[in-house]
Amino acid sequence: MQKLVPSSLSRRDLLAASTASLTGAVLAQAEDASPEETAHADAGTAMRPPIRAQVSFTVNDRPRELDLDTRTTLLDALREHLHLTGTKKGCDHGQCGACTVLVGGVRINSCLTLAVMHQGDAIITIEGLGTPENMHRMQTAFVKHDGYQCGYCTPGQICSAVAVIGEIEAGIPSHVTPDLTGTPELVAEEIRERMSGNICRCGAYSNIVDAITEVAGSRA
Amino acid sequence: MTPFTYERAGSPAEAAAAAARTPGARFIAGGTNLLDLMKLQIETPAHLIDVNGLALDTIEATKDGGLRIGALVRNTALAADRRVRRDYALLSRALLAGASGQLRNKATTAGNLLQRTRCPYFYDTVQPCNKRRPGSGCAAIGGVSRQLAIIGTSEACIATHPSDMAVALRALDASVETVQADGAPRRIPLAEFHRLPGDTPHIETVLEPGELITAVRLPKPVGGRHIYRKVRDRASYAFALVSIGAILHEDGSGQVALGGVAHKPWRVEAAEAELPRGAKAAAEQILAGARPSRDNAFKITLVERTLAAVLAEARG
Ligand SMILES: Cc1cc2nc3c(=O)[nH]c(=O)nc-3n(C[C@H](O)[C@H](O)[C@H](O)COP(=O)(O)OP(=O)(O)OC[C@H]3O[C@@H](n4cnc5c(N)ncnc54)[C@H](O)[C@@H]3O)c2cc1C
Ligand code: SF4
Ligand code: FES
Ligand code: FES
Repeated sequence: MQKLVPSSLSRRDLLAASTASLTGAVLAQAEDASPEETAHADAGTAMRPPIRAQVSFTVNDRPRELDLDTRTTLLDALREHLHLTGTKKGCDHGQCGACTVLVGGVRINSCLTLAVMHQGDAIITIEGLGTPENMHRMQTAFVKHDGYQCGYCTPGQICSAVAVIGEIEAGIPSHVTPDLTGTPELVAEEIRERMSGNICRCGAYSNIVDAITEVAGSRA
Repeated sequence: MTPFTYERAGSPAEAAAAAARTPGARFIAGGTNLLDLMKLQIETPAHLIDVNGLALDTIEATKDGGLRIGALVRNTALAADRRVRRDYALLSRALLAGASGQLRNKATTAGNLLQRTRCPYFYDTVQPCNKRRPGSGCAAIGGVSRQLAIIGTSEACIATHPSDMAVALRALDASVETVQADGAPRRIPLAEFHRLPGDTPHIETVLEPGELITAVRLPKPVGGRHIYRKVRDRASYAFALVSIGAILHEDGSGQVALGGVAHKPWRVEAAEAELPRGAKAAAEQILAGARPSRDNAFKITLVERTLAAVLAEARG
């Protein structure tokens, strides 16, 4: 079994750590937890020291190697450690979609997954979809259709939208697909349902649907 | 979150053994429920066993004409599987009615079955909750209980099981395959998998410590009209107030399970004989002995009307 614990930690130490009986080797790991990682610690459980582990993956095609507190979410790894702040933290609980990124081409909420669970994965964030000089078609369409107001939800909306078109093209059905044995269509009703995991507090929804419909239409 | 050590398991037997020998260990699959609860200190595992590397992500035909769904098959993949869409449409529909596209891409079959309640007091760590802290009391009884259970409740807990998928699996007579800590496999009918709260609401299933789910089995398809109807406060990305998963045949017979009403997917096989007599007769039997609160008594009417709509859809 592959143990993702610091190299200096033996299996005995690992068990010791998990029962919170602190050995020297474990205490040595108890340093520099970042503020976001300790914010919730309370008296009973704060006795356990932070544990660090290495992980490597690519972000926007660039290989990255990180040494992280195991508690670090993929979202915090991207924002706080790699300084890719395009991906946003809205709720941190899977309820808003602001943190949506593509992992292996699949959209997920980066707030509800641990960075260490992504060894070897290929991650694409809004920064990797396009640049101000060379925008992705979906980014251009959002600008053209005013698919935002404050812009906070926008990176998540755009990553999600790119994946939604792929999901429809792959024939994955949705809650509103009338015939499960048929092929889902690239229509507004499908887009709305599939985008329901991305909340926009500014209510730019109808312009967002227009932007996605334009990109979907130019594909069809 | 509280600190935890982390390992990736290499095989199901290894994962189960590691969980049994490591105090405070938990499996992590999609992470969409466990991490949510860890951030709130509701779950505080000392060790995480990542099961994503186990080769349990395929859907295979079984000798008896059914399907064996690996524990790690993602909700999106399960809902999109051609065989599931054709022969077990109820399951596709239930999955697609749950959560969001992003969440379904991560959520696994096993994790979905084991997701914990959405009772607001379970999430509010300053409130008494027997499920979160055994013996502390239940803030929901006498509190705001609009979303909570109406049947199978106890003096200790009135929470519901929030899974849509589990409702479909119950109507489909699915069973759960596991390996226990000593490596022994076993098979548990879904009907017996989730427990009612009784006086131990913190024990939610019959799984033993360290027991790993490896697959869910579906029996041979039974045909019929497959309908999943979910009533919720918004049209998408919301948990059910009431949901009904039904397989209905031309002769009026059928299999019906309810979500949003109990601590487990609620099915009363004996009541299914009433289906040909209509929604009122069947709903009365399915909910016999219900003890709703003032806040959620509306669910009794809602079940009957939702069932009436389901029966009408099957006829139409
Ligand atoms: C905002 C939001 C909305 C949602 N809406 C809905 C909804 O409408 N309907 C619905 O049904 N669900 C909904 N969900 C819940 C979602 O379906 C679950 O979070 C998901 O299915 C859990 O699966 P997972 O693989 O991520 O589980 P994890 O979080 O990885 O694990 C959950 C539990 O299962 C255990 N576990 C995982 N795999 C195994 C295994 N193989 N053997 C033994 N134990 C295991 C873990 O230890 C943990 O206790 C929603 C979730 C969120 C965040
Ligand atoms: S209903 Fe159950 S989960 Fe909710 S507060 Fe009471 S004991 Fe806790
Ligand atoms: S920040 Fe991840 S869903 Fe809201
Ligand atoms: S543009 Fe402001 S939240 Fe969507």
